[in-house]
Amino acid sequence: MTLDWAHFTPWSSLGGGLLIGLAASILILGAGRIMGAAGIVGGVVDPRPGDVGWRLWLIAGLLLAPTALALFSAAKAPLIEASWPVLIIAGLLVGFGTRLGSGCTSGHGVCGVSRLSPRSITATGLFMLTGFATVFLVRHVLS
Amino acid sequence: MRNIIALAVGLIFGAGLCLSGMTEPAKVLGFLDLAGLWDPSLAFVMGGAIAVALVAFGLAKRRRFALDGEAMQMPTARAIDPLLVAGSLIFGIGWGLAGICPGPAIVDVGFLNSRALVFVVAMAVGMLAQRLVGLRLPAPGPIGQDA
Repeated sequence: MTLDWAHFTPWSSLGGGLLIGLAASILILGAGRIMGAAGIVGGVVDPRPGDVGWRLWLIAGLLLAPTALALFSAAKAPLIEASWPVLIIAGLLVGFGTRLGSGCTSGHGVCGVSRLSPRSITATGLFMLTGFATVFLVRHVLS
Repeated sequence: MRNIIALAVGLIFGAGLCLSGMTEPAKVLGFLDLAGLWDPSLAFVMGGAIAVALVAFGLAKRRRFALDGEAMQMPTARAIDPLLVAGSLIFGIGWGLAGICPGPAIVDVGFLNSRALVFVVAMAVGMLAQRLVGLRLPAPGPIGQDA
């Protein structure tokens, strides 16, 4: 294993992680809800009466975050290099998989692991496993 | 009250995702590429997030009501069932293909990135497809057992 020291950003990643943890803490203690991005979007796509408004406000916050961040510093715009077909297939798999598996990186990976939930710890291990395997196949076997 | 909390949570969550590097697919793929040049940064994202959230969930588990007066809706499902396993495996494949997961996808739309928008639309279609095929957890919790 070779470490990519040029792109390694332990401090900003740790700082960003602390903010993500803070956001999850505010939502569970303040509103009693799990901060899982897939679950929050899923509840808008497949709405339950009386349980949609807060989800839209949270999504609005996510959408406004780059603009809000730009007030303090230059928020770095993302570069998405995947081709259109790959983006569409990946999006379909992420949407289908996170609903079937009841969670994503934030819902299982952050909140579930922090609840010490065996389900979420299992889910996190599994999606990381296929994430590693997929990148290995795409970058080192198929190309 | 709940909506103000949700907006603030979205802003802080989104800022954290930006700062951490999760909104950069190349960064995510660099973390998932164990066999190439490996960038371990995202382990620090998870470590930092869990360090804080561990305390909050420890407190939340002992409370019946949230600060806004509503009932604490902690997930109730316990079983490690085939749907959890299959769904997580499928999600990981999609994550590894594009380097994008749901939270960062939304934030990247906030950067007015058209590719992110295509991803989010496909993700919503995937969610609808899951609902249409009717694969549901056998015993869902009252509300929001989904994470």
